[in-house]
Amino acid sequence: MTATSPVPELQVAPVLAPSQGVWHEVRAIKVVWKRDLIRFRNERARIFSSLMQPLLFLFVLGKGLAAVVPTTGGTDYSTFLFPGVLITGVMFTAVFSAISIVWDREFGFLREMLVAPVRRSSIVIGKCLGSATIATFQGIMILTLAGLAHIPYHPMLLAGGVVLTFLVAFTVTAFGLVLAVRVQSVQTVMPVMQLLLTPLMFLSGSLFPIGGNIPVWLAIVTKLNPLSYGVDATRTLFFSFLPPGATGGALVGGITWFGWLVPVWLSVAIVLVTGLVLLTVACFLFSKTE
Amino acid sequence: MIGMSVHTLEDAGTELSAGTPAIRIRGLEKRYGALQAVRGIDLEVPSGELFGFLGPNGAGKSTTIKILCTLVRPTAGTAAVAGFDVVKQRTEVRRHIGLVFQEPTLDEYLTAEQNLRFHAEIYGMSRTLIPERLDAVLDIVGLTDRRNDRVATFSGGMKRRLEIGRGLLHSPRVLFLDEPTIGLDPQSRVTLWKYVDQLRVQESITVFLTTHYMDEAERCDRIAIIDQGEIVVLGTPAGLKASVGQDRVRVRTGDDAAAGEIIAGGLDAKVIVTDLGVDVFTDDGEGFVPRLFELGLTVQSVTVTKPTLDDVFLAYTGNRIDDAPARSLPPGPWSRMRR
Repeated sequence: MTATSPVPELQVAPVLAPSQGVWHEVRAIKVVWKRDLIRFRNERARIFSSLMQPLLFLFVLGKGLAAVVPTTGGTDYSTFLFPGVLITGVMFTAVFSAISIVWDREFGFLREMLVAPVRRSSIVIGKCLGSATIATFQGIMILTLAGLAHIPYHPMLLAGGVVLTFLVAFTVTAFGLVLAVRVQSVQTVMPVMQLLLTPLMFLSGSLFPIGGNIPVWLAIVTKLNPLSYGVDATRTLFFSFLPPGATGGALVGGITWFGWLVPVWLSVAIVLVTGLVLLTVACFLFSKTE
Repeated sequence: MIGMSVHTLEDAGTELSAGTPAIRIRGLEKRYGALQAVRGIDLEVPSGELFGFLGPNGAGKSTTIKILCTLVRPTAGTAAVAGFDVVKQRTEVRRHIGLVFQEPTLDEYLTAEQNLRFHAEIYGMSRTLIPERLDAVLDIVGLTDRRNDRVATFSGGMKRRLEIGRGLLHSPRVLFLDEPTIGLDPQSRVTLWKYVDQLRVQESITVFLTTHYMDEAERCDRIAIIDQGEIVVLGTPAGLKASVGQDRVRVRTGDDAAAGEIIAGGLDAKVIVTDLGVDVFTDDGEGFVPRLFELGLTVQSVTVTKPTLDDVFLAYTGNRIDDAPARSLPPGPWSRMRR
């Protein structure tokens, strides 16, 4: 019937979405990631407001508690607190970025992604990397404040800090995605996240040393929290760059399992494996939706 | 693994597209627990057709579309779009269809162009083709000068146009328009249809439309009316209207009562005289008018009224098309289903 139509400007083109296998999935992951970054760039208010919480922790809680926390080994309480604040700040940003998938559902954009000729897992992976990247940006901004907590700006410290930040952000995002895929309404997802994040933060050893004189149940719960290992690895890294004599003493004891000190590489591995497991779960759940 | 199998399927699809129907549905059923949303639909839509899919809310319309778009799996039966099975070849179906849903699915924080680029990437379009195709689509839907503006600043009509442009970006064979003009002002609706008509010519695309607007249903080559999960009638708009009743010719004269008797006596037609005039019911209203004058009546005015699609809709579903209310179905499973 179109054969008789006058001068078609466009050719009756074959479908312009050729199949490209794995490379196509990589492009899908990349564009989902990129979209999150574009949106983040457009929301400057969000970037600055997300710095507020870490600053409050560091200078209000940190300085306030420093008066009652006995410092040992020549380190300030804020030096101890800094890695915890870094990880906690990143954690909140990562989760709130991850649950934007619930907003995407509410405002319809999720459907545009769901009907695309790509695997659902590519969308989840792209989203996870996007949120983790955004959270890492925030981590970098918090890292610029290191000097205020008497932490030296050593290139290796900063590089290690960025890597660990990304790792924790990745794992926390995957956790956020598992929930975001299950919880479908915007009204529910915020309180649920607050409910889960707050204990995760308090039980991660970011505010007080796990090796200290804390109740046994508290020590156990904290050691079961994968985030504790992220905080511990970061703190161990930062303290290794402090001037000689400032060892942190009793504040930095590392995490022990029945007296055995968990090495940094294992802490890192725990965070990574947790993240991969959660991401797999999120992909599985997401492929079942609608 | 995907690459290989998909490739052969694609060849099959392009080969078939010359003669195969754009949509072929056989014995399609969908159950949600106790609720049977779709109960045995058979349908074939040839390539290039503008096909209207009408039905009251909750008639199984949305479910059928979701099955065709691979968003929902059928309980029984088969469906193929552009020659690809909606269950076994989901990815291929998705490559070959464009979707414009009732609800907006744009990212309002992105610009028009960013929305289109996202679509091009996630559909795996060839990088070399994207810039040219992007320009063409923006031009078709008349948004070239707003391409770098955020969608949040767009009017309802512009957003719809952008969605249609996006649905066309990858040159689909079948375009699904689910209530594309709902909530738009009359002027935007006219503009939008101008674009759709233009597109059908330029891209030789099959359009599968659902609508509540009668004038839009009139545009369709063929219409299927679905009710309670079944297709109750299928045909051209003219054929359907002819099937439900005769034309009404309303004649006004100086003396309607007398005229009525003359008409009833002189012509073989059903005649009713009311305060509004003499109503004559006949199969061919226009053809009837000259014969009135042959009877020597002093006619003041004549109006011919054809049965409308609204009458068709009413006759087959018991609802009016424009305010078809949701049926009194159990709210639980239904609301879940329509999400």
